[in-house]
Amino acid sequence: MRRLIFILPVVLFAAVLIGFFAGLGRDPALLPSTMIGKPVPEFSLPSVRPGDQGFATADLGGEPMLINFYASWCAACRIEHPLLMRLRAEGVLLHGVDWKDQPQAGYQWLQDRGDPYVRVGSDVSGRTGIDMGVSAVPETFVIDKQGRVRYRHVGAVTPQLWDETLRPLMDKLRSES
Amino acid sequence: MAAEVGQFALILALLLAVVQSMTPLWGAHRGDRILMAVGRQAAVLQALFVSLAFGCLAYIFVTCDFSVALAAQHSNTAQPTAYRFAATWGNHEGSMLLWVLILALCGGVLAAFGGTLRETLQARVLGIQGLIAASFHGFLLFTSNPFLRLDPAPSEGMELNPLLQDPGLVLHPPVLYAGYVGFSVAFCFAVAALIEGRVDAAWARWVRPWVLAAWIPLTLGITLGSAWAYYELGWGGWWFWDPVENASLMPWLLGTALLHSALVLERRGALVSWTVLLCILTFSLSLVGTFLVRSGILTSVHAFAVDPKRGVYVLGIIALTTGLSLALYAWRAPAIRSGALFQPLSREGGITLNNLFLTALTATVFLGTFSPVFIEMLNNDKISVGPPYYARTFVPLAFVLLLLVVFGPMLNWKRDDWRATLVRIRVPAALAAGVLLLGLIANGLAGVITAGGLGLAAWLLAGSVLVLARRWWAGRAYLGRAIRTTPRALYGLTLAHAGLGLLALGITGVTAWESDKVLNMRLGDTVAFAGRTLTLSAFETVTGPNYEARQARFTVTGQGKPYMLSSEKRFYASAQTQTTEAGIRVTPLGNLYVSVGEESPQGVVVRLWDHPLIVWIWIGGFVMALGGAVSLSDRRLRLGAAVKAVPAAAQPVAAE
Repeated sequence: MRRLIFILPVVLFAAVLIGFFAGLGRDPALLPSTMIGKPVPEFSLPSVRPGDQGFATADLGGEPMLINFYASWCAACRIEHPLLMRLRAEGVLLHGVDWKDQPQAGYQWLQDRGDPYVRVGSDVSGRTGIDMGVSAVPETFVIDKQGRVRYRHVGAVTPQLWDETLRPLMDKLRSES
Repeated sequence: MAAEVGQFALILALLLAVVQSMTPLWGAHRGDRILMAVGRQAAVLQALFVSLAFGCLAYIFVTCDFSVALAAQHSNTAQPTAYRFAATWGNHEGSMLLWVLILALCGGVLAAFGGTLRETLQARVLGIQGLIAASFHGFLLFTSNPFLRLDPAPSEGMELNPLLQDPGLVLHPPVLYAGYVGFSVAFCFAVAALIEGRVDAAWARWVRPWVLAAWIPLTLGITLGSAWAYYELGWGGWWFWDPVENASLMPWLLGTALLHSALVLERRGALVSWTVLLCILTFSLSLVGTFLVRSGILTSVHAFAVDPKRGVYVLGIIALTTGLSLALYAWRAPAIRSGALFQPLSREGGITLNNLFLTALTATVFLGTFSPVFIEMLNNDKISVGPPYYARTFVPLAFVLLLLVVFGPMLNWKRDDWRATLVRIRVPAALAAGVLLLGLIANGLAGVITAGGLGLAAWLLAGSVLVLARRWWAGRAYLGRAIRTTPRALYGLTLAHAGLGLLALGITGVTAWESDKVLNMRLGDTVAFAGRTLTLSAFETVTGPNYEARQARFTVTGQGKPYMLSSEKRFYASAQTQTTEAGIRVTPLGNLYVSVGEESPQGVVVRLWDHPLIVWIWIGGFVMALGGAVSLSDRRLRLGAAVKAVPAAAQPVAAE
């Protein structure tokens, strides 16, 4: 019996190790999305900006666009924010959703760092994000002209990702009929 | 030229590490003194060659030799010299080289100054150390060679991440690594003891200074990292429960447990196999801390470039070191003589309880950090664990642990009496109760957590001073002598525990009374905030060595003499990134934190924070480390061990 206690650590460690090895193959930033190719689920969110028009499914479609989920409490969002500001300056159609966050806090964040979004909805309960399959902020979706999800990125958008993946994809979507 | 010299030095170091791992183990087994002596020579030589390799890499960075790929990717002629030097370890390969450098230096010190150790024990420790060193030299050379050439060489290099160009970050990695790697020595001692089947007080006397010598820089490193996040990331937080932060916290928690249990082992010969287990686990967590973030298993804001090949190698090393040592533990530890008995209410009992809590805290952080990996494996769900989890699990446990801290030093070894103990702690208890009551009166029931935090801080501070006061009171007839003869370890204990009190004070202060304000300001605008008045007195473009910045200067009046505070948004042209430099006025009572944001026709966005008492968080950390250092200088620790045993890190250069 006493012997078993001494064996316990190595057994536990073996279990942890199996988990680590299994986790090795996956890229934590790459998540399969069941939403790819499907229309964005119905939603209608009040705006984060006081007095502004909200953000709803009706705003989607027509042109390829990005939907960026952020929150004022999110660390990685701070990293990607300067890039989002650049995208806005370049005229990219970018909408935002302030996820699981108080709208005042989300608004202050935009006031503080600059507001890159065309429309920005406040998803306090996180419902819209969950419908879209958001697991953690920041996440960014590429939406095509028909309002369908075409790409999902988990984690901060990097200049490299934008140049190599998102921009070419959006150019391609723009040329689709 | 330097790259080739460095490369050869590293290859030689690998071969020497192989020699260091084989000969002394075999020598100790056979009782062959010559083989054991060869092991010592190999360890010293290995330290020299790794130092040479590190020197070469540093030289390459400082002289901007962009024909070396690593330098071209992380150094730039416009970067100040101090940061070019710091860039040596501001990347995956370089930081790995720094890691093995510290490891090799520890080995060298053990070999050169370990003469008072039992020869076979020293040989076995060196052998295990050599095994670890060899596997990491292999990792460097085969997966992360820092000396690879680039052809053709670019005329200008890419820049080190501007966020890392900061004096705090120049010091942070070497200090943190000294902590992580320092625990490898305790690990080697534990494995050697398991091989020998013998753990005694002499063993504990040797291990404890090494544990302490690792714990001090780890404490410092975590404190520095937290301070850096506060002033550099520009949003006023000081701890984020990020995987990388957690990775440094776990070995610290377990290392703290080890520090205490080794004390029991040294003094009383109890908790033998538990201490050995802690030695193994602490270093394992250090390995996990340094490497898991590089394997791609977890995402983190801090993570280096992810490469699955490296991940497999690193996990392989962790599997071998930890797996084999734990297997050895399962096999050999039951045979080790178990220690002296003690009553539940005794110093030993108190430390056991402390260990229990620290282990539980470590487990909490471990689960929080890794449960996303395991849950995904079990049912393919993605979850993220954030501050709310830690607020509900870690914080209450830590609170109880901190309540217990004061009891430990008040208890007698072997056995004690409840009533006598309660009488001993009456002063801090009364003080804490008073503070709690005042807090409740001032804040009402809604402020019960604040009052509790303040009470805890008072309890810890008074409790640690009481340790000294009791000793001096007992010898009050000859007070001068009583003060002179107080062992340094007791001052160390007082400082370390008081540091916890300061930490509690800072955390409570900033959590309870933090306030902030965001507004648009134009030149000449004035705003009243937290008892001060700020005027935006200048707003202009300034040029730094490798950046351009929009700098806002504020005149602050109220609360003493008027002063200037400036905050700027920097743009680093060659790295194409922006950073925000906050303007921070640090005072013991609270910090005023100003950071500028975007500019618009309405003016510039200014964010103001008032952080009451926050500076005590880091002062607390430094005081704890100081306590460790004072304790390390105690005569008792030097008697058993001929060395002071501070693993020398690569000389960090203070920037500016």
